[in-house]
Amino acid sequence: MLKEATKLDELVSREYQHGFHTDLETDTLSQGLNEAVIRLISAKKEEPEFMLDWRLQAYRHWLTMREPGWSTIHHPPIDYQAISYYSAPKSRQDGPQSLAEVDPELLRTYEKLGVPLQEREILAGVAVDAVFDSVSVATTFKAKLGELGIIFCSFSEAVREHPELVRQYLGSVVPYTDNYFASLNSAVFSDGSFCYIPPGVHCPMELSTYFRINAINTGQFERTLIIADRDSYVSYLEGCTAPMRDENQLHAAVVELIALENAQIRYATVQNWYPGDKEGRGGIYNFVTKRGECRGDNSRISWTQVETGSAITWKYPSVILRGDNAQGEFHSVALTNNYQQADTGTKMIHLGRNTRSNIVSKGISAGHGHNAYRGLVKMAKSAVGARNYSQCDSLLLGDKCAAHTFPYIEVKHPSARVEHEATTSRIGEDQLFYCQSRGLSAEDAVSMIVNGFCKEVFQELPMEFAVEAQKLLGVSLEGSIG
Amino acid sequence: MLDIRNLHVSVDGKPILKGLDLSVKAGEVHAIMGPNGSGKSTLAHVLAGREGYVVSSGEILYQGSNLLELNVEERAQQGILLAFQYPVEIPGVANVYFLKAALNALRRHRGLPELDAIDFLALIRNKLKQMEMDESLLYRPVNQGFSGGEKKRNEILQMVLLEPTLALLDESDSGLDIDALKVVAAGINGLRSPQRAIVLVTHYQRLLDYVVPDKVHVLADGRIARSGGRELAIELERTGYGTPADHPGRQAATP
Repeated sequence: MLKEATKLDELVSREYQHGFHTDLETDTLSQGLNEAVIRLISAKKEEPEFMLDWRLQAYRHWLTMREPGWSTIHHPPIDYQAISYYSAPKSRQDGPQSLAEVDPELLRTYEKLGVPLQEREILAGVAVDAVFDSVSVATTFKAKLGELGIIFCSFSEAVREHPELVRQYLGSVVPYTDNYFASLNSAVFSDGSFCYIPPGVHCPMELSTYFRINAINTGQFERTLIIADRDSYVSYLEGCTAPMRDENQLHAAVVELIALENAQIRYATVQNWYPGDKEGRGGIYNFVTKRGECRGDNSRISWTQVETGSAITWKYPSVILRGDNAQGEFHSVALTNNYQQADTGTKMIHLGRNTRSNIVSKGISAGHGHNAYRGLVKMAKSAVGARNYSQCDSLLLGDKCAAHTFPYIEVKHPSARVEHEATTSRIGEDQLFYCQSRGLSAEDAVSMIVNGFCKEVFQELPMEFAVEAQKLLGVSLEGSIG
Repeated sequence: MLDIRNLHVSVDGKPILKGLDLSVKAGEVHAIMGPNGSGKSTLAHVLAGREGYVVSSGEILYQGSNLLELNVEERAQQGILLAFQYPVEIPGVANVYFLKAALNALRRHRGLPELDAIDFLALIRNKLKQMEMDESLLYRPVNQGFSGGEKKRNEILQMVLLEPTLALLDESDSGLDIDALKVVAAGINGLRSPQRAIVLVTHYQRLLDYVVPDKVHVLADGRIARSGGRELAIELERTGYGTPADHPGRQAATP
């Protein structure tokens, strides 16, 4: 086993592939946070009054709060005054109208990341709203979507062009008082994506956003809002990579989903931010609030996530099942290697009658990684006949890693039914020997076994994302056996 | 093809093989027989390169080179294939995917182009028919929910697919009904070739009614105690192994 372990350690210790840095002229605020900074952000973005007021309320509320201390993660204190709260590529000032106007350096960055916008436009049929640092610089397929009445644009643009929609829905699922990181985001969010699907429209393509953090010491505060009106359907993909960095970077995003009557939203994430080096130095701190509300009857929301990056992952994509017969799903693969920490899971809040939720969580721990599943299933008094099924599986690679499962269950109606299953297993020496005795290398064998372990979740991903996710596991996960 | 000289192997500090000698030539079929705990499975696993089997002395030459210098996958790439007594399950991995990955790993090593899904499917369907296996077994997770007989057939299926130079079969006959045994035996007989050697590890001589060996060896207490031809197996069937391990009360080592 020793020989294998050594070989696998080499694989694990492979350098982060997306660790490069792009030199762009950036327009960055000096460090620190106060009301003047928030006014400045709002002014730079030419926001209407209501938006500034909302930010200020959030900021004042945030000042009264403290960082949550209930999770399993550990990190040195974050100095919120040492962060710059706004950074945008300078070219933004002229507002690029097409790819031709976009900074070529930026386009090259995306190419290195495997996001060739032009090609995607033609080949993949994916509309990409590319977020570089804090400002959207390119949006494709807009015209085609526009014909259907679909609005897909940067958050800033939505605030300017569709203030009534933003005003109606912003904070309606994640209020600015929700939690420490959501409040901070509400005060200082820089940009993000906005999507509105009108009644009866089936969005004909996967909507996609690539996030990337690039400026040193710049916190990234994305805000995403997706509204699926009655009888509509949308599938949204979010994928991220980030360049290598010495300093820890704070990321506190908020995503709100709203599904009205008979509407369906599928939201998929592949998260591959810089996880820090082998010794646990650097890496992204990822504190994310993601929540969807099945507001209308028979509405459906599903979250699918593949989390392989970040030094710290703290996120609980949740669904509030308000409408009768609404359905919520959560499918997750979370991998922690080296000194990565993940505390992730979901909340399914059943309010409506006959609501259904399904949770499948696959945690993989390697190296010194710590992986916790934390899930709440709540059946309110009104949730007559509601059902939940949860399955949490943990896979351990090596003997220095850890896996935890924290299921919280609250049931207030006797007709509601909750089922929870959990397993923990170690990647089998027998399985490895079997595969290797068929000529497969150790890395291919581990990759195959782990991909098999995650299969139920990958099946939920759109095809091109499933392939990407498998590759990602192939790179970041080949390793460490006990 | 295979020369084992004075092989000593221990598992968890406990000596299992104690000076084993064995020589197998290309084109031959050898049967290794013996009571439980005599070291039969240990021999098969040492040849395949399993971790935890410590060779304290002796040597194994395979095609003239030191086999012990090769790791597990290198041995497989050099044409050694072990059919497991207890094949493991790999949840979530479709059998067809596993088989294709294994074949392509070997083809890569041999400098052959990898087979795509269509060519592979044509090939494997043919082999399935030969093993009288249902195609649905291709799409189930590797060995998961397979019956004992299906697992054994799936092992022989890998043999006929991967075409090893040295085929090691660890109790491939155990737990099979007579019909399944005939199919497995036919699969093994189909492997016989002047370029290939086959080593059958078996507790019962039943399999040898269908796969007639060139040589039969009796393993007892970590050594080859007797060697002979087909008639030795038949004699054993009549008289038993006659070693202390067969007597009740004596604890058998787990291979």
